[in-house]
Amino acid sequence: MDTTVTNPHEVTQSLLYLDGVSVSFDGFRALNNLSLELAPGEMRAIIGPNGAGKTTMMDVITGKTRPDSGEVLFDKGSVDLTTKDEAAIAELGIGRKFQKPTVFENHTVEDNILLSLKDDRSVRGNLMWYANSGDSDRIGEILKTIGLTAHGKRLAGSLSHGQKQWLEIGMLIAQDPKLLLVDEPVAGMTDAESMTTADLLKDIAKDHTVIVVEHDMEFVRRLGVKVTVLHEGSVLAEGSIDEVSANERVVEVYLGR
Amino acid sequence: MITRRLIEAPDGRGWIFLAIVLVAAVLVPLLHLLLPPSSPFHVSTSVMTLWGKYLCFALLALSLDLVWGYCGILSLGHGAFFALGGYAMGMYLMRQIGTRGVYAHPTLPDFMVFLNWKELPWFWYGFDWFPYALLMVVLVPGVLAFVFGWFAFRSRVTGVYLSIITQALTYALMLGFFRNNFGFGGNNGLTDFKDILGFNIQSSQTRAALFALSAVALALGYVVARMVVQSKAGKVLIAIRDAESRTRFLGYRVENYKTYVFTLSACMAGIAGALYVPQVGIINPSEFAPANSIEMVIWVAVGGRSTLVGAALGAVIVNFAKSTFTTGMLAPYWLFALGALFVLVTIFLPKGILGLMPQRAEPAGPNGSPANGRVAQPAE
Ligand SMILES: Nc1ncnc2c1ncn2[C@@H]1O[C@H](COP(=O)(O)OP(=O)(O)OP(=O)(O)O)[C@@H](O)[C@H]1O
Ligand SMILES: [Mg+2]
Repeated sequence: MDTTVTNPHEVTQSLLYLDGVSVSFDGFRALNNLSLELAPGEMRAIIGPNGAGKTTMMDVITGKTRPDSGEVLFDKGSVDLTTKDEAAIAELGIGRKFQKPTVFENHTVEDNILLSLKDDRSVRGNLMWYANSGDSDRIGEILKTIGLTAHGKRLAGSLSHGQKQWLEIGMLIAQDPKLLLVDEPVAGMTDAESMTTADLLKDIAKDHTVIVVEHDMEFVRRLGVKVTVLHEGSVLAEGSIDEVSANERVVEVYLGR
Repeated sequence: MITRRLIEAPDGRGWIFLAIVLVAAVLVPLLHLLLPPSSPFHVSTSVMTLWGKYLCFALLALSLDLVWGYCGILSLGHGAFFALGGYAMGMYLMRQIGTRGVYAHPTLPDFMVFLNWKELPWFWYGFDWFPYALLMVVLVPGVLAFVFGWFAFRSRVTGVYLSIITQALTYALMLGFFRNNFGFGGNNGLTDFKDILGFNIQSSQTRAALFALSAVALALGYVVARMVVQSKAGKVLIAIRDAESRTRFLGYRVENYKTYVFTLSACMAGIAGALYVPQVGIINPSEFAPANSIEMVIWVAVGGRSTLVGAALGAVIVNFAKSTFTTGMLAPYWLFALGALFVLVTIFLPKGILGLMPQRAEPAGPNGSPANGRVAQPAE
């Protein structure tokens, strides 16, 4: 099923490998020669001012946007993501939480998780599917992890903003992907909720590779992982949170405009 | 397992619906056949046939609700699938006329003799054999829907654009079927049927049987549709309706789900058309008229979108009103009345007539969330 690249230049041992990726919208360069590598098991925080290209980068990785140029390789360079569509990329094991929380509002919280569980995605398989204790146990566990146990039967549309964020993280956990892309998970959360979310993500990162995009510096500090700063579509700086916040150019783009 | 599925498929009001339809399937033919016309409980041929027609429309509405209500595909061309099923049945009925036509030709239907055709076109072959005709009743609409869906859904045509192409589809078919050289009787269509499976198509017994079959088909259509929407695939359909790209990012091939449900729905519409034609005695290209397909959407909206039962109810109510209206002095105003009904229902009864009735918690429609009385966001 995969169009396996025969690894022409022994590219990489990385799980995710972006090299020289550019994307333009009507002449405006949202991504400009962006390069980024992520080792298996790594957790990476990505920060950057509004319009830096963080979401666009996720769009490129998940097949929503095709890059104009550059390489996007997955799983030690074995898969060229630019040739795949969204569903194929999701099946490869890349899950995504959107900047604006997107859950299935007319489904119950439980059903949102059920639909996300790693399972057969075919029409036939899902027509034949029967409720089973394996799935409901798993749903129960995930609801517990994201603190929504009491809300399983509620419609997702009736949840608060923060609860929807958590539900979407729960949907990510349910997919059990190799790589999780988490776009602004704590937007609209109280400080306490943000910290809980940081711990939750750290927990997930124990056995997953994770990219987290966030503006909230306290939150990023709490994650305590390597930080990449994006600016005008390319990498401006990389390092620990203390290193990058001491970087003059980073301070400049964040404050100087 | 399958039986368990079947039994679990209908919900509370679904059982009531099934009970009414199935009781009607037995009772109406009996009241028609067994009671003398003088009895106050006698059901006349015309009333039974009229209600048989409503049942076909109800099945058609059900099929439309399956794609529109549960998957957000607003088809404005469902009349095409209904008409194609009807034509397939009509072709069988034409072949049954045999030498009893005006021209008494041994093989050719009258209109072909009239057009001076020498032999039967290839696409009429086999239609004298009932099982083949039945196969075509589902196959022709099904294949058309599949091919259409394959291209449209793969290239991610959605929303208004999709609705417009479905209109274009039915319009193009109408123009085609209007042409004499298309081979389906031109603007006169197919009519003057004599018998079906050897039974006189005008006889009381045949009409009673057709009514009963229509009711049974509606009941079966309901159960099939319920089984689909109750399955996990049905949850995926609703997910697609409400957040298509989210569903894609979970790894579901949205185009496959849409093609599947669209094709299934077209087959159901074809069956409805096939039951309709022998009861009304004619099929002609006006069944393809774009306005017909739009009217079907109104039936579903009036009855209550994404409820199935509501769609069937809406079809019966609107068509009952139409029959009543268009036979009186108010006839010229019917279209205005229909338009007004649509506007009023959209504004005051977003969940349709069925929304007025109490119900248990259920996967909600796009316009509301009955589970806890909160108002959910409308679908995109
Ligand atoms: N589909 C699109 N069409 C045109 N311009 C786009 C499109 N998507 C993104 N852009 C532009 O590309 C730039 C980068 O956008 P992007 O959403 O990636 O930024 P971001 O880093 O996620 O910002 P934020 O922190 O505000 O979410 C922005 O200027 C945006 O307006
Ligand atoms: Mg963004």
